[in-house]
Amino acid sequence: MSEVKRGYVRPLDVKHGRVDMTHGSGGRSMVQLISELFAKHLGNEYLGQGNDGAVLPAPTINGKPGRLVMSTDCHVVSPLFFPGGDIGCLSVHGTVNDVAVMGATPLYLAAGFILEEGFPLADLARIVESMAHAAREAGVPVVTGDTKVVERGKGDGVFITTTGVGVLPDGIELGGSRARPGDAIIISGSLGDHGVAIMSKRESLSFDAPIESDTAALNGLIAAMLATGADLHCLRDPTRGGLAATLNEIAGQSGVGMMLHEKAIPVKQVVAAACEFLGLDPLYVANEGKLIAICASADAERLLATMRAHPLGREAALIGEVIADDHHFVQLTTSFGGRRIVDWLAGDQLPRIC
Amino acid sequence: MKYIDEFRDGELAKNLALSICAEVQPGRNYSFMEFCGGHTHAISRYGLSDLLPPTVRMVHGPGCPVCVLPIGRVDMAINLALDHGVILCTYGDTLRIPASGGLSLMKAKAGVGDKSGDIRMVYSTIDALQIARDNPAREVVFFAIGFETTTPPTAVAIQQADAEGLMNFSVICCHVLTPSAISNILESPEVRQWGTVPLDGFIGPAHVSTVIGSRPYEFFAEEYRKPVVIAGFEPLDVMQAILMLVRQVNEGRAEVENEFARAVSRDGNVKAQDRVAEVFELRREFEWRGLSVVPYSALKIRQRYAAFDAEKRFNIEYRSVPDNKACECGAILRGVKKPQDCKLFGTVCTPENPIGSCMVSSEGACAAHYSYGRYKDMH
Repeated sequence: MSEVKRGYVRPLDVKHGRVDMTHGSGGRSMVQLISELFAKHLGNEYLGQGNDGAVLPAPTINGKPGRLVMSTDCHVVSPLFFPGGDIGCLSVHGTVNDVAVMGATPLYLAAGFILEEGFPLADLARIVESMAHAAREAGVPVVTGDTKVVERGKGDGVFITTTGVGVLPDGIELGGSRARPGDAIIISGSLGDHGVAIMSKRESLSFDAPIESDTAALNGLIAAMLATGADLHCLRDPTRGGLAATLNEIAGQSGVGMMLHEKAIPVKQVVAAACEFLGLDPLYVANEGKLIAICASADAERLLATMRAHPLGREAALIGEVIADDHHFVQLTTSFGGRRIVDWLAGDQLPRIC
Repeated sequence: MKYIDEFRDGELAKNLALSICAEVQPGRNYSFMEFCGGHTHAISRYGLSDLLPPTVRMVHGPGCPVCVLPIGRVDMAINLALDHGVILCTYGDTLRIPASGGLSLMKAKAGVGDKSGDIRMVYSTIDALQIARDNPAREVVFFAIGFETTTPPTAVAIQQADAEGLMNFSVICCHVLTPSAISNILESPEVRQWGTVPLDGFIGPAHVSTVIGSRPYEFFAEEYRKPVVIAGFEPLDVMQAILMLVRQVNEGRAEVENEFARAVSRDGNVKAQDRVAEVFELRREFEWRGLSVVPYSALKIRQRYAAFDAEKRFNIEYRSVPDNKACECGAILRGVKKPQDCKLFGTVCTPENPIGSCMVSSEGACAAHYSYGRYKDMH
């Protein structure tokens, strides 16, 4: 009998350990990080295959083959943990939503992690757990992934890129170029929650605001909306740049203008107040769990009723209409009684001085 | 939102608009300058001009801190960040002001050649002081701009640094004075001699007046026979002020009236004024963008606090740099031209790529018109 003892590997010290360069070097440490941290939380039959790629069944929808929808999203956020969420669940929600707003059923996710040397493993475990929880809730498993480690100072803790694949049944055609004059513009809830929650925890600007990020997977809400059979033309989630950027994008793609009504746009009081003292406009602040729906005006009320019956659409509101305009302006009737443009943002929103 | 919504009430606005329409005299034109960028922003942001009769014209004044800062001043800050390796701190909008060589503080932060500046946006001078405490081995410079509203916090920061012996902290002082700018406009030939810029009255600053009070404007009302109504930055404040100005003009009065009585007194914030006087003294002259060199129109740091004066510490001198030849910011800041009169407006000069400073901040006349009102030029 051999004198050599069977290899013993000390378990990963998730409580006190930190990411070091060996975790990205392709050796045992890397395998250990993957199995004891990533696979432990995210595990499923496809991830468990352990090959360079996941082999997945051909996608069908309602028993028929459908078209594939694919989307990818890089997530960098500071701070990594914020009221109402963290970079982990955000990276799942963001990509699930990008696939779902195409009208597709999201099926699978791939995740790439760039970790910074020195990052606490306990924080990484929290992030991966939150990701796993979000994936389970959305019903979209992470089937493949990758991890790289960069030297201290060359990353910001963790960057996560997720790619999603979904299946789109025939007959559903949604897109930014399909808005038509006369269409109704609907928002699924209050604006700016995510951006203000993040800002409230920024190092240079911490203030106490009872506000949580709205980060959420919208595939359930979207499925309910599609099931109404309403004549939907476009769905989109107003993330970076907020409502203003998203509507300007659609107006440009569709070659139309838009007229919004300030009074109808839902903004929580605390968000309005925070924006007020920071000199920001909530129409430009990011959301992570809201969608804009553009649909035939005749179906707007029916769609709104369905949205309001869903937990993520309770505050859904009709906020304006698509109009003919060769300049593709997004305009707003102010609650004050005037009119103005809601333009693209020029760079970041910077606070005014006076 | 309490104390905000009350001043944005659409119904009250309608009533005020009706009163203004009823009281303007037929055949008479009214031309009022809102001095402050805060008012310019409110007028555009709430679509106020849609509520006014066509005979009431609002002329945008020079009271936008980033708009009046000349290229040479921004160059000084960029130079400190790139060549002296300091941590340069400043307020939000300042980062985007165009400087020499196509640069801005934002671009200097991203890098020029093999150099990049450590440039940080702060929300208050307290943040800048903290950065200085946290980085004792680095020089930390606060690039201080703005009218009387932002001057007291800079004074307090310098006194605080002095008290703590925070010797790695210093300030480039570019604080300017509102009354000097108003005098300059009233003395300009366009207003005084040629009458090409008709000015029937001023909407006086909101935040500036909370510090300096309403007294300094009494001189303009008396000497130049121009009514002044000090107004808050909310849209109803502005509407009310316009109505008050219309009444003064109709009645031939030229007085200082205070619409913003909830925050402004005749004497202002005396404590703040004292702090400012302790730390700063008048500069003999200062170059403004648009108004050129205006005597005694800005502040410099007193000898007592010279150790905190970045201009002295780094031995940097102001060098005047002319604006882009086609840029009309100067004329726009004096009310001589409108943004739409500038060839660059909306073509090569946009908020994404500002050539002139009026296109930088949403308080600037050009950016406000471009971002909120340009649909009016196109229909």
